[in-house]
Amino acid sequence: MALAETANFMTIDGVPLKKRLAQAERSRKLKAVGLVAPLFLFVVLTFLYPLAVMALKSVTNEETSGRLTRTGAALAGWDGQGIPDETGFAALAEDLKAAQQKREAGEIAKRINSEFSGAMSKFKGITRKVEAMETGPYKELFLSTDKVWSDPALWRVIKSVSSRYTPYYWLAALDLKQGQAGIERVPADQAVFIDVYTRTFWIAGVVTLFTLLLGFPVAHLLATQPARRANMLMILVMLPFWTSLLVRTTAWFVLLRTEGPLNDLAELLVDHRFEMIFTRFGTIVAMTHIQLPFTLLPIYSVMKTIPPSHVRAARSLGAGPFMAFWRVYFPQTVPGIAAGCLLTFILCLGYYITPALVGGPRDQMVSYYVAYYMNNIINFGQAAALGGVLLIITMVLYWLYNRLVGIDKMKLG
Amino acid sequence: MRNFLTLTASTLAMAIAVTAVEIPGAVAQDKQLTIVSWGGAYQESQRKAYYEPYAAATGVKITEEEYDGELGKVKAMKDAGNVTWDVMDVDTAHALAGCDEGLLEKLDYGKIADRAKFLPNTALDCAVGSIAYSTIFAYSADFYKENPPTTIKDLFDTAKYPGKRALLKKPFGNLEWALVADGVPIDKVYEVLGTEEGVEQAFKKLDTIKGDIVWWEAGAQPPELLANGEVVMTSAWNGRIGNAIKEGKNFKIVWDHQEFDWDLWAIPAGTKNLDLAYDFIKFASDPKNMSQQSKYIAYAPTHVDAIALVDPAIAPTLPTFPDNMKTAISTDWTFWADNNEELTKRFNAWLAQ
Repeated sequence: MALAETANFMTIDGVPLKKRLAQAERSRKLKAVGLVAPLFLFVVLTFLYPLAVMALKSVTNEETSGRLTRTGAALAGWDGQGIPDETGFAALAEDLKAAQQKREAGEIAKRINSEFSGAMSKFKGITRKVEAMETGPYKELFLSTDKVWSDPALWRVIKSVSSRYTPYYWLAALDLKQGQAGIERVPADQAVFIDVYTRTFWIAGVVTLFTLLLGFPVAHLLATQPARRANMLMILVMLPFWTSLLVRTTAWFVLLRTEGPLNDLAELLVDHRFEMIFTRFGTIVAMTHIQLPFTLLPIYSVMKTIPPSHVRAARSLGAGPFMAFWRVYFPQTVPGIAAGCLLTFILCLGYYITPALVGGPRDQMVSYYVAYYMNNIINFGQAAALGGVLLIITMVLYWLYNRLVGIDKMKLG
Repeated sequence: MRNFLTLTASTLAMAIAVTAVEIPGAVAQDKQLTIVSWGGAYQESQRKAYYEPYAAATGVKITEEEYDGELGKVKAMKDAGNVTWDVMDVDTAHALAGCDEGLLEKLDYGKIADRAKFLPNTALDCAVGSIAYSTIFAYSADFYKENPPTTIKDLFDTAKYPGKRALLKKPFGNLEWALVADGVPIDKVYEVLGTEEGVEQAFKKLDTIKGDIVWWEAGAQPPELLANGEVVMTSAWNGRIGNAIKEGKNFKIVWDHQEFDWDLWAIPAGTKNLDLAYDFIKFASDPKNMSQQSKYIAYAPTHVDAIALVDPAIAPTLPTFPDNMKTAISTDWTFWADNNEELTKRFNAWLAQ
């Protein structure tokens, strides 16, 4: 009854109220969308889109799939045992000829070389030979050129890279490979990535712990000092925060050197120069310094909101200083600790320049290898898969963290 | 309101005037070239020998960039359809890889110089030689005053020659030295390295000094590491050490088993300034211009007519000097094209152990 009546209400200019309300609602929604849209588009364009492109790169045979179509078709019926017959060889020859004309044969050879070391020169050699031939038969030519062409393992790689998708990069990022009998571990002398991931998470964890141990008391001091002194101290904390990451890292490089000021002092005091540069120690010291404000600030802003009367009340009710701190004060800072530590931990996972400058070869983290595969090896698929694994592990950790701590309990201030 | 209008009008007029004045300037600025090289003393020698004279002669504005051989950046630019580099300085490995993967233009020698006038192996399909450089090892003469290191074996002998040494953080070059130091004759190096046992032998030899190695990645690092006492011996590109000696550093170069290579000019595929890039390379390949570079760094020209123009006084500091070439290792590029990726993986795994 009431509903029907509302529906029949008219505004002063004769439009039904309901319609008028809907109009007002719509314009408010539009405004809201208009305000959010730029950021949304920005995130889609600069974050989600590149992420999707890289994810795709990590599972596709970009260099080969479109270029080895004849070979793929000819090898479809081949069982992976022995060597293929003339049709397989002829198809590969035709594909190579076509690719050579478009200057794409080198990319095919390089892709196969990633999985079958040594294939590069064999492909170059055979491409030059088949180029000179109008028609087949090719099998004889291949086999007489190099014995590698009678290796079924090479043909299995050729067959696998002629398909659109490949698990190769993801498996390689986990130190695994596709064997004949299924997935197997790569030989120990080539297994590097599991080690790198463990190291990345270990360094990130240790740095987070140190920033917490160092930052918590300072945050407490900042939060409880009178405003003037607290501001002074705050500037001391913030000053390095405002300095460029590269500058701070370079400063640590100078400080930690064997002939640097710290070691000069050490020689004066204990007559010994310590090895600090290009070590794990140096990496962790520099990273801890750089990350300290990230852990400290959320803790500080949470501490600011805790009324001093809580601890005083606890004391007046008979709790000792430690008990008052541990049972009353500390639990209230946990949301800040959670926020600061998560921030530092996740930022640490992506560190690149600091380990590269002050760390040794055993201290390089995942980002170093991503850059290495992008820039030096020119294997974008491998770089994408390495980044992908890091992203997934981080997301799993975040999920675990959420289950254990609860993300809604996190507070930045 | 009238005031406001006059103000607007005069501002507009001024803006138009300024634009009008700037138009000729803008055209000249259009001619610019981005040249990428290996930084440090080497790039400085190129600046003095080529960039500055070329800019002065043509009015082209040259923008310099630095890299450490990251060809992946060219691929990324090419994939994105926005290649911002115009000329690159590459070594042989990068010249060949870039050519195979379609990242470098195939050169039209008609626009550069007579191809036959270049030393063998320096006039490649996608790159034309500019200088000969060498990977040598050098030591601080302040540290080894008596009985200094003289052979590549000494680099691997930490008992006789204690102290940290720096090496390039790549398998390339180091594996060869390791084998030679382990007694493999020069002409058998790649044959041995082509076998599983050979690779193991090389890594085992590197293992003996692993704890004493500092790794470098950019060419400017070795002289710095040596100068600030971080290491007492280092592998390096000879010109970098040569220039540090010129600046008064007490360094010495050991030429034993030097690893000889070329630096070449190349044009990234997809550059927007192709004609200008050719024009620059033509300028830099002119014997008279090319011979200038040796004045600023101890590298030898690749054009036969330029070699004759080099000051004989500096010849003994060049990698091509016969005495320096006696035991030189000439790199097998096919071997590295085939095995670089796998050996790099092994090298990284070895580093991480």
